[in-house]
Amino acid sequence: MSEFVSDGWALIGRHLRHIARVPQKLLSVTIMPVAFVLAFGYVLGSAMEVPGVEYREYFMAGVFTQVMVAGMTSTGVGVCEDLGNGLMDRFRSLPMSRSAVLIGRTVSDLLLSAIACVVMSVVGFAIGWRIHTGFWSALGGFALLLLLGFVAIWGGALLGLALRNAEAVSSLGFVIVMPFMFLSSAFVPLNGLPHWLREVAKWNPLSAVTDSCRELWGNETTAAGTGFPAEHPGTVALVVLVAMFLIIVPMAVRSFGKATAR
Amino acid sequence: MEYAIEAEGLSKSYGNHQALKDLTMSVPTGSILGLLGPNGCGKTTTVRCLTTLLKPDSGRARIAGLDVVEQPKEVRRRIGLAGQYAAVDERLTGLENLRLIGTLYHLGRKTVHSRVDDLLERFDLTEAAHRQVKTYSGGMRRRLDLAASLLADPAVVFLDEPTTGLDLPNRIAMWELVREQAAKGATVLLTTQYLEEADQLADRIVVLAKGEVIAEGTPDELKASVGGERLEVTVEDASRAEAVAKALTDWGVGTATVGEGGRRVSVPVDAGMEAVASAVAALKGEGSRITDFSLRKPTLDDVFLSLTGHDAGAPDAASDPGTEES
Ligand SMILES: Nc1ncnc2c1ncn2[C@@H]1O[C@H](COP(=O)(O)OP(=O)(O)OP(=O)(O)O)[C@@H](O)[C@H]1O
Ligand SMILES: [Mg+2]
Repeated sequence: MSEFVSDGWALIGRHLRHIARVPQKLLSVTIMPVAFVLAFGYVLGSAMEVPGVEYREYFMAGVFTQVMVAGMTSTGVGVCEDLGNGLMDRFRSLPMSRSAVLIGRTVSDLLLSAIACVVMSVVGFAIGWRIHTGFWSALGGFALLLLLGFVAIWGGALLGLALRNAEAVSSLGFVIVMPFMFLSSAFVPLNGLPHWLREVAKWNPLSAVTDSCRELWGNETTAAGTGFPAEHPGTVALVVLVAMFLIIVPMAVRSFGKATAR
Repeated sequence: MEYAIEAEGLSKSYGNHQALKDLTMSVPTGSILGLLGPNGCGKTTTVRCLTTLLKPDSGRARIAGLDVVEQPKEVRRRIGLAGQYAAVDERLTGLENLRLIGTLYHLGRKTVHSRVDDLLERFDLTEAAHRQVKTYSGGMRRRLDLAASLLADPAVVFLDEPTTGLDLPNRIAMWELVREQAAKGATVLLTTQYLEEADQLADRIVVLAKGEVIAEGTPDELKASVGGERLEVTVEDASRAEAVAKALTDWGVGTATVGEGGRRVSVPVDAGMEAVASAVAALKGEGSRITDFSLRKPTLDDVFLSLTGHDAGAPDAASDPGTEES
C-alpha cells in the first residue's frame, strides 16, 4: 500500500514537471474556459432568453460542467501518448504498482481541471457572476465539479486505452459527450424537451451536477418541477458519479494491463 | 550449476508469424550470454518474454528461479532492462529520470540519491545531469537508459543492443561496465549485431535465426566448428597464385584455394606447426615472391556466415543442406 502511494506520487510528480515545462499544456485549461465563459456571457447570453432568469447567473454552472467534461478528451489523448512512449516498457519492467501509471496521469489532469475552475471563477466574477452562499456551500459545489471532472478523466483514460489512437479518441470522445451535454440543464432548462426525454435528462449526471451547483451557490435555477432528481440533484449527482467511478476505474486498470502487454 | 536464466520451449507468434519457435537456453549465474542473430530473428522478442513484458504462447522461463508468468513482480525486483530503444523521459532532466526509476524500484531515498550520482558519474553524464533529456544526443540518451537499467544493482541484466549508436570510447566503456557487473556476480544477457562485441564479452553465445537456436557454445567452440586455423599467403604477382596453391597442396599442407582478388592463397593448417613447416618448404621450393604470410584464426564472422548464409531469409540453407525445401 505504501509502495502504491509512493509510486503514484512519483508519477504525479513526473506529470507535474511536464506541465511546468510545456506551458502549452495549460492552454486547454486557460484559454478554452475563458473563451467559453465569454462566449456564453456575451454572445450566446444575449440571444438565449430563459424567462425569469438572469442568464449570466444561470449559465456559469453549465460552463463549469462543460469544461470538466472536456477533460475526458485531453486525458484520452494523453494516455495514447503514454502508450506510444518507449518509457512504458521500462515502467512495466519495474516492480512498481501497475495502476500507478494511470494514477499519475489522472491525478495530474485533475489538477489541470482545478486550475481551469479557478480561471473560470475569476473571469465569471469579472462579468458579474456571484456566489450568494457561504464558504462551505461554495466549496461543496466545486468539490462536486471536480468529482465530475475526475470521472470524466478516468473515462477518457479508458477510452484512450481501448482505442490507442489520439484522433479516434478525439472524435469518439466528442460523440460520447454530445448527448450528455445537450440532454442536460447545463445551458437551457429542460422544460422545452418532450416529456419522456425530460425524464431521461433529469437523471443525466451533468444536469444533476449543474443544478446542484446552482443550488449550492445560490444562483438562479430552473430545476423546478417535481420528482426525485429535481428535488435532490446533489444526491443524484453523488450516487451516479460514484457508481460511474466504481465501474470505470477497474475497467481502465484492466485494459491498461492488456493494452501494454503487446 | 546454478542458472540465472532458464527458458524451456518458449514460443511466441504475432498473428500468424511465429517469432519464437521452441526456444530453449540456460545462462549460468554470473556469466555473460551473447544473443546473436540477423534482423528480425527474435532477439527482442526473447528479451521481452524473459523480462515479463510479453507473455509467451507456450513454454516456461525462470529468472533467478522465479517463473516469469507466475511471479512477474518478484522477477521484476531482480532484473534491469535496457530495451532496444532508449526509454527515457524527454521532458525530465537526466537526474530526474534516474531518480524516478530509482523510486519506482523502491530503493529508498538515500540509496537512490547516492546510486544516481554514482551512475551519472560512471556514464559521464554529471555535467548534463540538470538538462532536459530532449537536449541530449543519441549516445547520451543511450547511456542514460543503460544507467537506469543498472540502478537497482540487479542480479540479472538484459541489454538489447546496448552499444548500438555508441562511439568506440563509449562502447569500450560499456563493455567495461558489463564485465564489471558480471564480476560482481550479476548475470548479463545481451543481444548484439556486432560479432566483435559478442566475441569480446560473452562467455557463451546463442545464435538465433528465424526464432530458433541454430548454434550455441563459447566463442572458441563456435569458431572451432568452422574449422581450425588457416594459413594465408599473399603473392606479389597474381599470375603466380595458382602455382603457389598447387605447390602447397602437393607438399601435403592441405587443400589450398585462391581467394577473391586473386593474390591471396588460403589453406587450412589443422596439423599445426608441422603443416606450417611444410608450407615454408613448399614456398621456398616454388620461389615466387611472397608479400604476406600469416596464420589466422576463424572469426565469428566466418561462423555467422556459415550458419546463417548470406541471405538471412533463406531457411538454414548453410547449416543444414539435407533439409528438403517445400
Ligand atoms: N508487435 C509485433 N507485431 C507483429 N510482429 C512483430 C512484433 N514484434 C516483432 N514482430 C516480428 O517478430 C519477428 C522478431 O522480431 P524481434 O523484434 O524479436 O527481432 P530482433 O531479432 O530483435 O530484430 P532486430 O535485430 O531488428 O532488432 C520479426 O519478424 C518482427 O517483424
Ligand atoms: Mg531487436
